Amino acid sequence: MRTKAVRHTLRGLGLVCAAALALTACSSSTTGSGDGGPVSASGLDTALSQGGSITVWAWEPTLKQVVTDFEAKYPKVHVNLVNAGTGDKQYTALQNAVQAGNGAPDVAQIEYYALGQFALGKSLQDLSKYGAPDLSKQYSPGPWTSVSINGGVYALPMDSGPMALFYNKKVFDKYDLTVPTTWDQYVDDARKLHAADPNAYITNDTGDAGFTTSMIWQAGGHPYKVNGTKVSVDFTDPGSAKFTDTWQKLVSEHLVAPVSSWSDQWYKGLGDGSIATLAMGAWMPANLASGVPTASGDWRVAPLPQWRQGQSASSENGGSSLAVMKSSAHQDLAYAFLKFANAGDGAQDRIKGGAFPATTADLNSQAFLDTAFPYFGGQQANKIFSDSAKSVVTGWQYLPYQVYANSVFNDTVGKAYVSSTPLASGLKAWQDASVKYGTGQGFTTGQ
Amino acid sequence: MPTATDAPARARKHSTDVPRIRRRVHSVDRPRRSVSVTLLAGLVVLYTVVPLAWLVISATKTQTDLLGSPGIWFSGHFALWDNIRQTLTYDDGIFGRWLLNTLLYVVLGAGGATFLAVLGGYGLAKFGFRGKRTVFALVIGAVAVPTTALAVPTFLMFSKMGLTNTPWAVIIPSLVSPFGLYLMWVFASEAVPTELLEAARVDGAGELRTFFRISLPLLAPGIVTVLLFTVVATWNNYFLPLIMIKDPKWYPLTLGLNAWNDQAATAGGQPVFNLVITGSLLTILPLIMAFLLLQRYWQSGLAAGSVKE
Repeated sequence: MRTKAVRHTLRGLGLVCAAALALTACSSSTTGSGDGGPVSASGLDTALSQGGSITVWAWEPTLKQVVTDFEAKYPKVHVNLVNAGTGDKQYTALQNAVQAGNGAPDVAQIEYYALGQFALGKSLQDLSKYGAPDLSKQYSPGPWTSVSINGGVYALPMDSGPMALFYNKKVFDKYDLTVPTTWDQYVDDARKLHAADPNAYITNDTGDAGFTTSMIWQAGGHPYKVNGTKVSVDFTDPGSAKFTDTWQKLVSEHLVAPVSSWSDQWYKGLGDGSIATLAMGAWMPANLASGVPTASGDWRVAPLPQWRQGQSASSENGGSSLAVMKSSAHQDLAYAFLKFANAGDGAQDRIKGGAFPATTADLNSQAFLDTAFPYFGGQQANKIFSDSAKSVVTGWQYLPYQVYANSVFNDTVGKAYVSSTPLASGLKAWQDASVKYGTGQGFTTGQ
Repeated sequence: MPTATDAPARARKHSTDVPRIRRRVHSVDRPRRSVSVTLLAGLVVLYTVVPLAWLVISATKTQTDLLGSPGIWFSGHFALWDNIRQTLTYDDGIFGRWLLNTLLYVVLGAGGATFLAVLGGYGLAKFGFRGKRTVFALVIGAVAVPTTALAVPTFLMFSKMGLTNTPWAVIIPSLVSPFGLYLMWVFASEAVPTELLEAARVDGAGELRTFFRISLPLLAPGIVTVLLFTVVATWNNYFLPLIMIKDPKWYPLTLGLNAWNDQAATAGGQPVFNLVITGSLLTILPLIMAFLLLQRYWQSGLAAGSVKE
C-alpha cells in the first residue's frame, strides 16, 4: 500500500468522521453547479477564460509542476495546491470538511481503494456530465474500473500501480537464488535465503491491508462483492485461500522480516540487502531512487510471480485519482484542471517527474517502453510494468468503506504476524469486523 | 534535573534538631547511600537521556548514514551543520514559517491563557461574590475534560463560524486553560495576604492599582509556572491544529515535521528523515532553554500550597 495502514492517533477521529460520511448522514449541501445538464468542451473553455481560483488537496509531489504549467496556459486561473496530509490523514480532513459543510477543496487526490467510500458518500461529483465516460479508452482497464462506480465516473485516474516483483540482484546472485516465476518458487527462495543468512529475508511484512488485498486480487479472489447498498465479504473464496495458504508458510516459518513498510528500518533493509524483494506497484522506482540511493544498480524488476506456472495474472497496488468535490463552487474549472493534469499536458509533466501513468497511450509509447532505468542497471523496466498493466485481473471491487476496513486490518489480521493466530482466522476476524461495520452504516450485508 | 522535593527538604532541615542528625551522620547534605535508590535513579536518568542522546546523535547524520550506521553512535561523517542548513532551506524555507507560526500561537495563545488565568484566579481567590462555588465546580470539572475530546465539537462550531484553517482556530481554544486558572487561584490565595490588600485599600489604592503594584509581584512565581505550562502545551499542541489547519502555510512545527515524515510513505515522495530529526532537535531547543532559564520559578511555583505554614 502507498500509505501506512493504521495511524492510531487518528483512529478515534476517523471513526467519528467515517460515521458521518456514511450514506445516511452525509448529504452535503450543493453550492456548485449541481447536477445540471451536460457541460461541453466549449463550456469548459469559457470557464477557463473567465478564470477564477480553485483549491486542490493532494500530496502527489509531481503536481507542483502540473499546476505551474496549468497556470501558465490559463493565466486567469489560480490553483491553490495544498498538501493537507498523506493518504488516510487527508481523508479524515476531507470527511471533516464535508461533514462541517465548508472548508472542503474543489479537487481532491483520492486513492483508488478509498474512492468508493467518497463516491457512495455523495461527496464527489459524477463527471458524466462533462463527458468523462468518453475518456475510458484513454486509460488502462485497472484504473478505469476503479473510477467507474455505480454507472458514474467519479474521478480521473492520475497514476496506476500494476504490480511487479522488485528484487535485489546482488543478494540473488550471492546466494544463487533463481528469480521466482511462481509463488511456490518464491517460498523456496525465501527458505534458501534465510537459511543461508539468518539476517536476510525474502521480503518484509507486518500486515498491510493494501498488499493483502492486491495479492488476493491477483490470485483471482473476490472477497468483496458490492452491488448498490448490498455488500458481502467472504475471505474463504478459492482466490483468497490460495494467498492465505502460501503466505501462511512464510509467516509461520518466520521468513518475512518483521519490518513495516515505509519505516526507516524498511529503507535501511532495502539498502543493505536484508530485504531481498518487494511485490509492489509500478510507482516504486521513484521511491527506490530517492529513498535508497546507495543501492543503485543492485535492484532489478521481474514480472509478479504467478499462482500457477504459465499464467500471466496481475493486479493493481496503490495508485490514485483526482476527483471533483460535490460542494465545489467551481466545478467546471475543477474538471478542466483534472483533464489537464490526468489526460492532457499535465500527464507528461508527471511522467517526467517519475510518476507511473494510467494512460494507455503513454503505457504503449515506444519512448516510454524503451526508457532505461540507471537505478535498475539500465533495465527497460517499463516493459514489465506495461505488460502487468494489461494483465490486471478484472472484476475486483473494494468495499464502499474500505478506508475504515483497512484501519482495523492490524487489529485483526495483524495478529497473525505477531502470534500463533492463523492468517485465515485473522482474515475471518477482519471479515466479521467489516460486515459488522457495514451493517451499522446501513448497508445490507452478507457473506 | 533538580526536583521539586528539594525545597520542602530544606525546610525540614531548619526545623529538626541539628545535633541529633549529626550523630546519625546522615543529613540532607550527606544522605545515606542506598544502592537500590541509586540504581533506580540511574535507570530513570537513562530512560530520559537516551532518547535525547539519540536525537542529538541522529541529527548529525545524513539521510544515507541514518539508515546505514548504528543508531546510538555517530557515523564518520558529521553533517549537523549541513542538516540544519537544509532544514531551514528545504521546500522554500517553510520550516522558518512553521517556527514563526508556532511562536505566534505560543505568544498569543499561551500568553493570553496565562493573562486570563492570572486575572481569573486572582479574582476568585480574593473577592467574594455569588456563584463562586458554581464557578469552582465548573473549573474543576473543566480540568477533568481532556482538550482532545473537545477538538471535534470545536471544529464543527468553528467551521460554522468560518474560522477553520485560520490561525484563530488554534489561538482561541488555546486561550482557555482551566488548569492554569485553578493553579493561579490556589497560588493567589496563598501568596497574596488579604491583610496586605486591605492595607492598600485603606491607603487609598484602587483595585487595579492594588492588583498591578501589590499583587502581581507577589504572584510572579505562579505566573511563570502557569506560563511554562501553557507554553509547553501550546508549543507541543498537535491534535487541535491537525483538525483545524489544512494549509501548510499555517502549520505549527509539530504538524509540519509530521508532514515531512509522511513524505517517506507515498509514491514519488522523498524520505527526509534527517531533516525531520534535525527539525525536531531545533523544535525542542527553545523549550529546553525556557526550562533552564525559568526553572527557579518553576520549582517554587510547583511546590506552592504543598506545605501548610
